[in-house]
Amino acid sequence: MAKVLVVTSGKGGVGKTTSTAALGAALAQTGQKVAVVDFDVGLRNLDLVMGAERRVVFDLINVAQGDANLSQALIRDKRVDTLYLLAASQTRDKDALTEEGVARVIAELRERFDWVICDSPAGIERGATLAMRFADVAVVVANPEVSSVRDSDRIIGLLDSKTLKAESGERMEKHLLLTRYDAGRASRGEMLSVDDVLDILSIPLLGIIPESLDVLRASNIGAPVSIGNVGSPAANAYIDAARRLCGVPVPMVRPLEKKGLLGRFFGRRAA
Amino acid sequence: MNIFNFFRRGATAPLARERLQILLTHERQSSCSPQLIAMIHKEVLAAIAKHIAIDPDKVDIDIRHKDKVSLLEINLEIPASVSEAADKKAA
Repeated sequence: MAKVLVVTSGKGGVGKTTSTAALGAALAQTGQKVAVVDFDVGLRNLDLVMGAERRVVFDLINVAQGDANLSQALIRDKRVDTLYLLAASQTRDKDALTEEGVARVIAELRERFDWVICDSPAGIERGATLAMRFADVAVVVANPEVSSVRDSDRIIGLLDSKTLKAESGERMEKHLLLTRYDAGRASRGEMLSVDDVLDILSIPLLGIIPESLDVLRASNIGAPVSIGNVGSPAANAYIDAARRLCGVPVPMVRPLEKKGLLGRFFGRRAA
Repeated sequence: MNIFNFFRRGATAPLARERLQILLTHERQSSCSPQLIAMIHKEVLAAIAKHIAIDPDKVDIDIRHKDKVSLLEINLEIPASVSEAADKKAA
């Protein structure tokens, strides 16, 4: 039975697209069939992060409107052969995406895949509400920063009220993915800690992705960080998060500060 | 600046946490849009300001939900001198 997962956040730039690509690739590497779907109509980027930007012919709207079939629009990843991408349209207006159209595409994807991962656009407008509309599970991506946490709270409210699952009286399964986490700054009280964010949002923690240059490096070369930078802390964190999504009880490793006491002291002075 | 001030200055996360907790408690309570509250705030203020001089910052408007009813709560502080003057006028 396929699971439809939405990766959402409210705020832009917190790592939704990076996380969609990384979780999708990590899940696909376990042999499961995964489709990642870009809902950011007009500002598509999942294709670029996945390194498939030159292979997009048909997109989500083409399929939703019946101008192309799913097989024509799905782009198979060159590294992991159970990973597929359905790109967003770049040119057409976002009203081109209708609830009926999305419902049809999601239903068809459910038949073909084990996981359908919807990369939500920022904001709380149509694109974002449609991305979450048919989801069974939600990953709320947040940075340890006030505006991101506030927007995540708002998105959690929407997940509990505007999704098909919520409307039919079921409980929406939600997970927090804390990204760009700097353990050093958190331990010095300069940044909200994991526990702060968990206390405030009160949804279960899926993973902590450390602030890392590997994420930028992976997007530079067009590879999901979980397969583009194997062995890096960010890649490991995403791989663990993907396993938790599959129900494997992977112990949560809190990122540790790398500097020693002396380094911390001087590091602070320099900052 | 001594080293203790230096450390204290860095610890802004507790403030961030406190601000978020207060804000979100408030936002979760009012399910209606912030724009609606702002509009009511402005109009109530205008209506009262016709009769009494009040400080716009001392007006607090909120919509609370209790079981099946919503409660529109308006709290406003009237300066003591103004209320005494109004009493004398009425008497």
